[in-house]
Amino acid sequence: MIEVTDLYKEFNGAPVLKGISTSFEKGKTNMIIGQSGSGKTVFLKCLLGLHKPDSGIISFDGRKHTELDIKTQRQLRQEIGMVFQGGALYDSLTVEENIMFPLKMFADQPMTEMLDRVNFVLKRVNLTDANKKFPAELSGGMQKRVAIARAIVMNPKYLFCDEPNSGLDPNTATVIDNLIQEITQEYQIITIINSHDMNSVMEIGEKIVFLKNGVKAWEGTNKEIFKTENEAIVNFVYSSNLFKKVREAYLNETK
Amino acid sequence: MNYLEHIGKYFLMLKQVFKKPQKWSVFREMLFREIEDLGLKSLGIITFISFFVGGVVAIQTALNVDSPFIPKYLIGFATKRSMILEFAPTFMCVILAGKVGSYISSSIGTMRVTEQIDALEVMGINSLNYLVLPKIIATLFFYPLLISLAMFLGIFGGYVAGILTDLFYTEDYIYGIQLDFNPYFVKYALTKTLVFAFVIATIPAYHGYYVKGGSLEVGRASTQAVVWTSVVIILLNYFLTQMLLG
Repeated sequence: MIEVTDLYKEFNGAPVLKGISTSFEKGKTNMIIGQSGSGKTVFLKCLLGLHKPDSGIISFDGRKHTELDIKTQRQLRQEIGMVFQGGALYDSLTVEENIMFPLKMFADQPMTEMLDRVNFVLKRVNLTDANKKFPAELSGGMQKRVAIARAIVMNPKYLFCDEPNSGLDPNTATVIDNLIQEITQEYQIITIINSHDMNSVMEIGEKIVFLKNGVKAWEGTNKEIFKTENEAIVNFVYSSNLFKKVREAYLNETK
Repeated sequence: MNYLEHIGKYFLMLKQVFKKPQKWSVFREMLFREIEDLGLKSLGIITFISFFVGGVVAIQTALNVDSPFIPKYLIGFATKRSMILEFAPTFMCVILAGKVGSYISSSIGTMRVTEQIDALEVMGINSLNYLVLPKIIATLFFYPLLISLAMFLGIFGGYVAGILTDLFYTEDYIYGIQLDFNPYFVKYALTKTLVFAFVIATIPAYHGYYVKGGSLEVGRASTQAVVWTSVVIILLNYFLTQMLLG
């Protein structure tokens, strides 16, 4: 479990996170949602250790991330897989080399075993025949699949995804969502997704944390989001007529 | 940010760079790639420029030494001295600062703005050590070879200029380049080269690594990297000359 207690972070005197406390469980797809500028990315980067919080505790299965020295933090990070918004694939490396990179760095395996593992994860993300291609030769959806494959190649305990659907068409976005959810359940990992794609939230958000102006304004499941009367989350989620109608239909159905 | 802060941040960066590589096999692979990118791919421009600079130095010296009391072998002597002492180590390193410096700064800067450096850090990799140390080792290893080649080609360029222009006899030129050869000058030139190679690898890396923003900022960082690397090379050249020859 990842537990966050009273997390504060400010930049040049401007507070961005104001005392956030929450927890994320194993085998669930946890989502952080909120408007642009609400502090989602800073929150995610604090969890990853890319930003040092001003105060508060982040604990990974009892290991307090914020209190670890750099060496131990780096060891903990080897248990983390991350899917970046733009993929963050290494341009000069092929798909195969990109995915093999963490294995080369940390696993003492012969090349054949590493190649087997690469082919296994590529098959898992339904991407075959792309081993020798460079990232620039792939579509956005394929790049995201490679990024997911790279993130899970080391069998991570924790999977973080920053806007995994941005720039993808609805069909591909759904495929990526389902893939992340399947992987989460299959490998029983803790997945945290930063998103403002409401389709994803409704589809796979088993736990949703809604941030507004740097504070946790609401948390619950994708089922509870239909019933909640919390003004902040209602205004955010049901800002479009389509979602308003979906909510009305759901409430009428469950009356 | 003031200059002192930049200098402090630069040295803090070096502290992270000079750590033991996390995986030697990956480091070796990176090192060979950097030797190719930063060294071998600069071979063409260094060969071209040093050959012609040597030729020009010889022609200009010949044109300015027309007194019958000044021996013609001084043309070869002057070409050799200026190539070994200044043109090869300093002039070529300033050129490398432009070519290699902008490459280092823009490639690392692009990695920063496209989150590739964050990806390294999230994996638990010391990104500065992984990205910058192979560049330093590659330049320290390869640039003395490159500059030695530049010295030879510059002197050879002067010889060819003599044949093509008939401004001086090649026998005089060869006598001049053999006259009063002091091996310490080569040592001095290679010492300067090692210092400049370190500067060429680290200052652009600093500018690229700490870039914030998008492509425009990467471009600016690249320009700044070239300017500052050249300035530092020129300043260090002055101090090193004073220290080693003064």
